[in-house]
Amino acid sequence: MGNNIAIRDAYGEALLNLGKKNDKVVVLEADVGASTKSILFGKEFPERYFNVGISEFNMVAMSAGFATQDLIPFVNTFAVFMTTRGSDPIQSLIAYDKLNVKIAGNYAGLSDSYDGASHQAITDIAVVRSMPNMTVVSVSDAVETAKAVEAIAEYDGPVYLRLSRAPAPVIFDENYDFRIGKGVELKTGKDVAIIATGTILHNALKAADLLKEEGIEATVINIHTIKPIDEELIIDAAKRTGAVLTVEEHSIHGGLGSAVAEVLSKACPTPIEFVGATKFAESGDYNELLEKYGYGPKSIAEKAKLVIKNK
Amino acid sequence: MTKERKEELQKICLRFRNELIDLLYSIQTGHPGGSLSCTEIVTTLFFEKMNIDPKNPNKEGRDRFIMSKGHAAPMLYLNMAEKGYFPREDLKTLRQVGSHLQGHPCAHTTPGVELSTGPLGMGLGAGLGMALGEKLKNSDATIYVLLGDGEIQEGGIWEAAMAASKFKANNLIAILDYNGVQLDGTLEEIMPMGDIGKKFESFGWNVLYCDGHDVEDIANAIDEAKNCSTQPSIIIAKTVKGKGISFMEGKNSWHGKPIDLEEYKLAKAELGGVV
Repeated sequence: MGNNIAIRDAYGEALLNLGKKNDKVVVLEADVGASTKSILFGKEFPERYFNVGISEFNMVAMSAGFATQDLIPFVNTFAVFMTTRGSDPIQSLIAYDKLNVKIAGNYAGLSDSYDGASHQAITDIAVVRSMPNMTVVSVSDAVETAKAVEAIAEYDGPVYLRLSRAPAPVIFDENYDFRIGKGVELKTGKDVAIIATGTILHNALKAADLLKEEGIEATVINIHTIKPIDEELIIDAAKRTGAVLTVEEHSIHGGLGSAVAEVLSKACPTPIEFVGATKFAESGDYNELLEKYGYGPKSIAEKAKLVIKNK
Repeated sequence: MTKERKEELQKICLRFRNELIDLLYSIQTGHPGGSLSCTEIVTTLFFEKMNIDPKNPNKEGRDRFIMSKGHAAPMLYLNMAEKGYFPREDLKTLRQVGSHLQGHPCAHTTPGVELSTGPLGMGLGAGLGMALGEKLKNSDATIYVLLGDGEIQEGGIWEAAMAASKFKANNLIAILDYNGVQLDGTLEEIMPMGDIGKKFESFGWNVLYCDGHDVEDIANAIDEAKNCSTQPSIIIAKTVKGKGISFMEGKNSWHGKPIDLEEYKLAKAELGGVV
């Protein structure tokens, strides 16, 4: 794995580059532009940048209006506020009318670590995933972020883009072929399939290394598109390994784990375990929080062994 | 507005009231009170003021109308059918399974509906997005948003009011259907809104007033609003909920309830229509 790059920096850069190429892109922000890095776009294209202040509901409603004008709005704020305060127009306007709005929920998972549980998003995927017409993308490194921004801008329809504040090791290279709805198998092993989304993917990869030291061979799959999910790859991996572990910085209710379980329970019932949130976290150092709340490589490896036992 | 034109518009409004009662009686569902209070406002927009092309509903640069108080959908549909957006016979399918005419306006099923509405408080913000989008395209289109007076109790309205002022959206014209009655009672009883004009004025809006049942007064207020070059405008149109049918007027119980046969006959007699 390469150097650490913060996802929000990669996003801000990608949005700026997109703005240079496509003058239909407009950006809305709710007074956290310096945090989400949407400000990079705003500085270059002030006429296409709308900072609405601390009013997420109105920001999202406005973006719906922009989308009806054949523009491509990207709305930005923290994931937790986007999918609570902003969820009404996300559902009633954007999802309902399939409007071409890109909803960027930043600081997802526990990544806004020191601000505490009030600013951490562990329910956002569940909220948007349950809405018809919504595509849900969750990125794991800087390269994937840049590719995802390009891909969702080209896609005509509503997309929720889940972003982290945290620095994450670069996993992919420039040749990475990112396609919406297509999962990526990063490691192949016969004993267990670890299916992860978001920046926590790198801990899933480290867990696979730990397992290898014990002679356990893990498949590791990156599911960057949680909806529509890559059913084929998930079923195939479950058949090959007979044990599945999902890993996400999100509630185990309604997120990636639920999505994978929905696929497998129907098509290929398989023992499954979930790494994710079951309670609100707290303030603190990000990596310490990940360890404490069960997202560390060792915890992931332990859960993998547990599900293997249940085969 | 000439005397003849005014009479013509008044006749259309009377016909719409008759058709509204026929329609809501026939389907035994829908919202008569708020549809009757906005009859002249919506009709003045569709038949007098808006630059629209029903044969080409997505024409670039057209004016936009958002029925933010989405429960008044029947009055919107009557206007749209009359303008030719869809066949008049579709009206009787309102609120029925398989119809493109949803209980609340739906942009992806009914051509010409600019925005899906129903959950209150979103039309002003979305209208602002449309207005700023038009400005980016250097279009001179006007975005009209019809608000209910109960609706403006939603916080999102005031978020949008702040933003429209900041972004100087002078191509955004809100019209308030100020009938003073919401579902559970009068505004005074449920949530008094105080001096609404002063509130919008303090948010940086150009505030105008008119008689919401006088087509000429409404048209003049719209002209005045369009002359404002620096601010968004709101026209506070004084109306009567259930206007035109004495037993419905000012009654919150007629926000949305089925019309029985006796009531139907009475209503039609008052409107001078044929049962």
